[in-house]
Amino acid sequence: MLLMLMIGFSTLAQEKKNKNAKYGVEVNGNCEMCQKRIQKAAMSVAGVKTASWNVASQELSLILNEEKCSMLDVEKAVAKAGHDTKNVKATDEEYDSLHGCCRYERVK
Amino acid sequence: MKNTFLYFLVFLSYTVSAQIPDTLQTVKVEAKRAKIQKSLIKATNTTVLSSKELLKAACCNLAESFETNPSIDVNFSDALTGTKQIKMLGLTSPYLLIAEENIPSVRGASQAFGLSFTPGTWVESIQITKGAGSVINGFESISGQINTELLKPANDIPFFLNVYGSSDARFELNTHFTKKLDSLWSTSLLVHGNARLAKNDMNEDGFLDNPLGNQINILNRWQYTNPEKGWVTFFNLRYLNDQKQTGEVAFEPDQHKFSTTYWGSEINTERFDFSSKIGYVWKDMPFQSIGFQNAFTSHNQQSYFGLRTYDIKQKSGYSNLIFNSIINNTMHKFSTGLNFTFDEYQEKVNAIDVSRKDNSLGTFFEYTFDNTDNFSLILGGRADYHNRLGFFLTPRLHARYNPWQDGVLRFSAGRGKRSANIFAENQQLFGSSRTFNILDTNGKIYGLDPEIAWNYGVGFLQKFQLFGMKSDASVDFYRTDFQNQVIIDVYQGSNQVDFYNLKGKSFANSLQVEFNTEIIKHLNFRSAYKFYDIQSDYNMGRFQRQLQAKHRFFTNLEFETHIKEKGQQWRFDYTLNWIGKQQLPNSGGELPAMSPSFVVMNSQVTRTFSPVFEIYVGAENLGNYKQSKAIIGADNPFGTNFDSSIIYAPVFGKMFYAGLRYKIK
Repeated sequence: MLLMLMIGFSTLAQEKKNKNAKYGVEVNGNCEMCQKRIQKAAMSVAGVKTASWNVASQELSLILNEEKCSMLDVEKAVAKAGHDTKNVKATDEEYDSLHGCCRYERVK
Repeated sequence: MKNTFLYFLVFLSYTVSAQIPDTLQTVKVEAKRAKIQKSLIKATNTTVLSSKELLKAACCNLAESFETNPSIDVNFSDALTGTKQIKMLGLTSPYLLIAEENIPSVRGASQAFGLSFTPGTWVESIQITKGAGSVINGFESISGQINTELLKPANDIPFFLNVYGSSDARFELNTHFTKKLDSLWSTSLLVHGNARLAKNDMNEDGFLDNPLGNQINILNRWQYTNPEKGWVTFFNLRYLNDQKQTGEVAFEPDQHKFSTTYWGSEINTERFDFSSKIGYVWKDMPFQSIGFQNAFTSHNQQSYFGLRTYDIKQKSGYSNLIFNSIINNTMHKFSTGLNFTFDEYQEKVNAIDVSRKDNSLGTFFEYTFDNTDNFSLILGGRADYHNRLGFFLTPRLHARYNPWQDGVLRFSAGRGKRSANIFAENQQLFGSSRTFNILDTNGKIYGLDPEIAWNYGVGFLQKFQLFGMKSDASVDFYRTDFQNQVIIDVYQGSNQVDFYNLKGKSFANSLQVEFNTEIIKHLNFRSAYKFYDIQSDYNMGRFQRQLQAKHRFFTNLEFETHIKEKGQQWRFDYTLNWIGKQQLPNSGGELPAMSPSFVVMNSQVTRTFSPVFEIYVGAENLGNYKQSKAIIGADNPFGTNFDSSIIYAPVFGKMFYAGLRYKIK
């Protein structure tokens, strides 16, 4: 009985969600315009607190509330804006709607 | 003399301990940062001057550090105080919030001389904000805010030496010592001494053109930085002793003080400051922080002007607690907190006691929206209770919009309220035979009411390439409307100054058009035209503000040679100011109603021999323009028509200076 309780508690502890979890993910883009678009898309997801994307490293750094959203939600939103992420790719239409200078080279 | 000695003692003892320079010097590659930075994304109209900008002029102290910048007008120092007063949007420094590391510093008793109490070499950067400004630091600012960041012990070099001397017999010595105690603590000792030892009377009116004096100014800073835990703490201790003597050349304080043999004046100030700053940034939430600032000041000025005496002691306390965080995400930020100020003035004007105690408690909230692209907005409000100003609200708004690439449109509006320290702020008038009349009796500050003003501004800045060179052009317009103002009436008569509450209208319109470009590589050109229309209803009718030019033109040329391998470089700098006609106070017919327009030119050449050593020579007022009559009634200073306060142009002619800077990195 005691053992069961303990197991129960430890699983609960493992699932405890972080309100200020740090994440990083690769997002493809080209320029400052892309930067604004990527950051805006990421922050449009409820639960994302900060988002900054670095042109040189292609890394999107985030702090998000795990109770409200997941990394996948953010990646989906960014892809929808036209930028491929590590796990979610934009559709061709979404990619084509990007401004000329923002059309980064796609790795297929 | 005692000060000079003390100064050398401190200097000697510290040079000995700082004699062991670091032999392993790290090589740093720094991108060339502009000396003046104007942002396209800040919501406020803020210009940042880097410490390099301050190297462009003689720039002995903060009051003199704005000469190469058009946003701030520097007046000519009068023979009495020897201090340059600054103006922004055509309004004098009491209408500005002047802060040191975000703690209001030049206020109350230090209003007249406070800017000369910060040596130029101590400055790391200056942020100049036109218009209402943020609510975080208080309710007093009306036409702008100037914040000075001093050198930080954690980033400073181990040793710095600056020696300066000029043909008007002014000498300065600045030494900085910085030591990193361990990975967390560092400390700096900044020591400044200046002296003017010889008497100058270039215009041969029998009066000194600038005061004799000496100043010793010592600042000890301690910084604790723990980036892993998110803590930053500063402790500052400061001592200042400033002595000035002026008046007739033959005046000797020991023999002639309070006699009518010769007219003379002494202004002695002693000041202690302690301030602390504690900041904490949440480790997992870099957007959330809390800061707590405290400052205690004791300021003591003892002075006499001929037969008049003026003594003011001010004890002040200031506390500011501020919490910064976000709402949902970093597009919505906010700052909120509490301020407390306490001022005890012991003030005696000709032995008449006008002492008072002021205190205020306030709370503020400032919300910032940024769409992370082309629009941001700062909406701020304060609620304060002040024992003399009552309970009142201070709203402020700033907005910025980028309609296209490299262009920014700004708007601001806000309210400010303050009590005018009429004696401390108008000390130069003691150097005259004017009687001081306060015509109102019902107010709570010397019988006068608090000053209240609204300030509105719009501005547009565009950066662009001109013939392939970085350029920018801007235009801004600001209006200040006074609901109440303490009128300083020097028009009514030549032997009186009247202080009374505004009855009618008072406003200040200012327009500035600026164009800057790089003509060829390393040759920078700055230019500005400024128009000021500042009018108030006086008892005699509506007049322009005294000693304020309606039109001003500014230009600055700067040329730098390419930095050679070992760091050698030449730098040339040239500034020209054209100052239009100014309305002059009533001088009993001694001076015309309007001053003539004139040109003042300054220039400087710097030779850098290596990254650690440079020398500079310069000249101020190259054209040798001098005000024809600097002191009215100089032949009879105890008569009824004496006035040393009407200064519209340089008193001292051409002035040469030279100096050196040496660093141990």
